[in-house]
Amino acid sequence: MLTRAGPLLFAGGFAFLLFVLLAELPFGDPVMAVGRVVLDEAAATVGAANIVTSVVLAYRGIDTMGELAILFAAATAAGLVLGHPGKADQAEEAGGFILRAGADLLFPLLIVVGMYIILHGHLTPGGGFQGGVVLATAFVLPVLARPGQVPSHGALAIVEGLAGAVFIATGAAALAYDHEFLTPLLSPGRLGALVSAGTLPILYLAVGLKVGAELAGLLIRFTEADAESPR
Amino acid sequence: MNELTTVLLYVGAIGLLAIGIAGVLLSRHLFRIVLALSIAESGGNLLLVLTGFRWNAVAPIIEGAAQGTMVDPVPQAMVLTSIVIGVGVQALALAMAVRLRQAYGTLDIREIRARMEQDISDAADVVPPRSQQEPAGGRPLPPPSTAGLLTSKGSQA
Repeated sequence: MLTRAGPLLFAGGFAFLLFVLLAELPFGDPVMAVGRVVLDEAAATVGAANIVTSVVLAYRGIDTMGELAILFAAATAAGLVLGHPGKADQAEEAGGFILRAGADLLFPLLIVVGMYIILHGHLTPGGGFQGGVVLATAFVLPVLARPGQVPSHGALAIVEGLAGAVFIATGAAALAYDHEFLTPLLSPGRLGALVSAGTLPILYLAVGLKVGAELAGLLIRFTEADAESPR
Repeated sequence: MNELTTVLLYVGAIGLLAIGIAGVLLSRHLFRIVLALSIAESGGNLLLVLTGFRWNAVAPIIEGAAQGTMVDPVPQAMVLTSIVIGVGVQALALAMAVRLRQAYGTLDIREIRARMEQDISDAADVVPPRSQQEPAGGRPLPPPSTAGLLTSKGSQA
């Protein structure tokens, strides 16, 4: 009983500390000045209707690159830890009829929805990360339905590497025009049009493909891993 | 009314955080620890989003000409980052859990620790260190692992 008191006391104390800190802050009236400036200026300077996208890709673009690097490192480390599965001893059982038919039906829909979310990331809620996850599910679902037919990790790695290269090349292109790294190029265009916000849609497309390929590779590796014993 | 809403929102976010931390500290099962970590993470994300909250404001997306006040977009962008990093952390943690299950056939952290200490002592040819507070009779250890890191065939489920 006593061994549980310590952790509970810690969690309770932590919650109390946070409450005391937050009680000092005015709620519903953010004290940060950055947000206000961003809200005033983003539409004119970046040209993306979705202001969160302007923050993620234009104002904090280099942070997003770091985020991609962290995701890449985590996916690589997970692949390293899980190891390469050898030849399966016996063919794994295929999924039931509903799963197979559902995977076939959903595959094109998931691709379309994922690409829509990625390409409209600068206009509507969503973007590269969210759409990339939808794309990844599109490629993992067939693996669950038919465990034998696994898409090659090599192809996924090529897509991922190309997408990462496009992201960095777009950022480096800004250097050639005497801007800072990852500054959005091209004209902002008409607010709310599909082709607007300069290079932001290109960046988000690269992010989406990279996240999709990375996550699909990771999830497929998890389905290949045998929980009982290494192959 | 506003006061009540404020308190409720904070209680929700901080409560999730506290539940997650308590779960990480109290759980003995590795998978539950990973789940508790993700609960704590959602609490933290909720707290971050709440810092950008503004009364009677809309989402920071411009549609049309008439536009009311908008909530702070910066915390929302940060939470987007934090969610993605959380996915990476969970994937890595789960990959390690899978490997531990393969090696020791269990996800109970006490059992895993005992086996690991024994493995390390065996490999180094030393007597395993004993705790000062350990009762004289010795603590009942789980049955010694007959298999090493790579040879276990999932005998203990």
